[in-house]
Amino acid sequence: MIKGLALLAFSFLLGQWMGELLGSWLGINANVGGVGFAMIILLLSKEWLIKQDLLNSEMEFGIHFWGKLYIPVVIAMAASLNVKSAISAGTLAILAGIVPVLISLMVFPFLIKNFDKSTHG
Amino acid sequence: MDELLKIIDKNGLILAFLFVGVLTIFADYLSRTIFKKRIPGSAIAIFMGLILGYIGGELTGGQKGFSDVPHFSGLALLGGSMFRDFTIVATALGASFILIRKSGLLGLISLMVGILLFFIVGVGVAWAFGYRDAVSLCTIGAGACTYIVGPVTGGALGASSEVIALSIGTGLVKTIAVTILTPIFAKKIGLESPASAMAYGGVMGTSSGVAAGLAATDPKLVPYGAVTATFYTGLGCLLCPSLLFLILEIIFA
Repeated sequence: MIKGLALLAFSFLLGQWMGELLGSWLGINANVGGVGFAMIILLLSKEWLIKQDLLNSEMEFGIHFWGKLYIPVVIAMAASLNVKSAISAGTLAILAGIVPVLISLMVFPFLIKNFDKSTHG
Repeated sequence: MDELLKIIDKNGLILAFLFVGVLTIFADYLSRTIFKKRIPGSAIAIFMGLILGYIGGELTGGQKGFSDVPHFSGLALLGGSMFRDFTIVATALGASFILIRKSGLLGLISLMVGILLFFIVGVGVAWAFGYRDAVSLCTIGAGACTYIVGPVTGGALGASSEVIALSIGTGLVKTIAVTILTPIFAKKIGLESPASAMAYGGVMGTSSGVAAGLAATDPKLVPYGAVTATFYTGLGCLLCPSLLFLILEIIFA
């Protein structure tokens, strides 16, 4: 279990470091894509471990456990945010949440159709 | 009572686990009974979290929602950036390159279309509401992607707590909208095969919304939609605070 957790921690720290480096390299005082890099590192490590036949379910559990915690963490995060100040702009959240979904629903059939054409035609 | 409060203050994070767990049980109950599973329990729980955040702000006048209420400071630790980013990275384990490769080009294109479309429209709406700085616009646009990409982007760029809360609210509305609208429009938009479900997961991205929406449409489609959807948040976390932010900065600087 701890091996999986350690792999996750390694990927996380390395990814965040890369994000931090990319941020300072780009001249922004911010972490750029650290979480995304960490995810890619974790995925690549996982692929590599599978090839080496080193990945077992115990290790996966150590990572899975934390993945399952992400919704509870978001709930806690939602509860510790400055919602009171955001509520005044509630209409924005509703519009920015719904409008792109409706546009996507309209665009989706064309996406599938065009793709079918490009693969079969 | 004093003894109990002493224990609670010493173990704030543990209390936060209990608190969120109880909230989730309650939300799942509401999801089953009142909403007939049309709205996923997690979406209700997050919504209740936002309501508590509002109540906390009303009660204390603080900036950190319910975690400013005495004895509940552990919520800020559990919901802080360390746990948040760590758990998101852990979810990547559920995605596999092999499965993604199977969904191939369509999955990749739908992911790019989905992220760009939601980001651009989100930025556009934020602009219409008077936001003009690249950091706030980018955070709200990222929130239109998912309620995870929003706060990750906002945190990385140093957006204000209000804007981050707004981006989460936006992502939450999206999750609920996808959950409700998916079964209604499924047939009309040709969402019937595993391949189309993969494309749908890529365009919509919100894992809980896509999973719940597809479950209401056809349970067999759920894993296919989830495969691409899990990549959406990661790709969004990679693109929004970097490339997309730089583009916004060039436009609005």
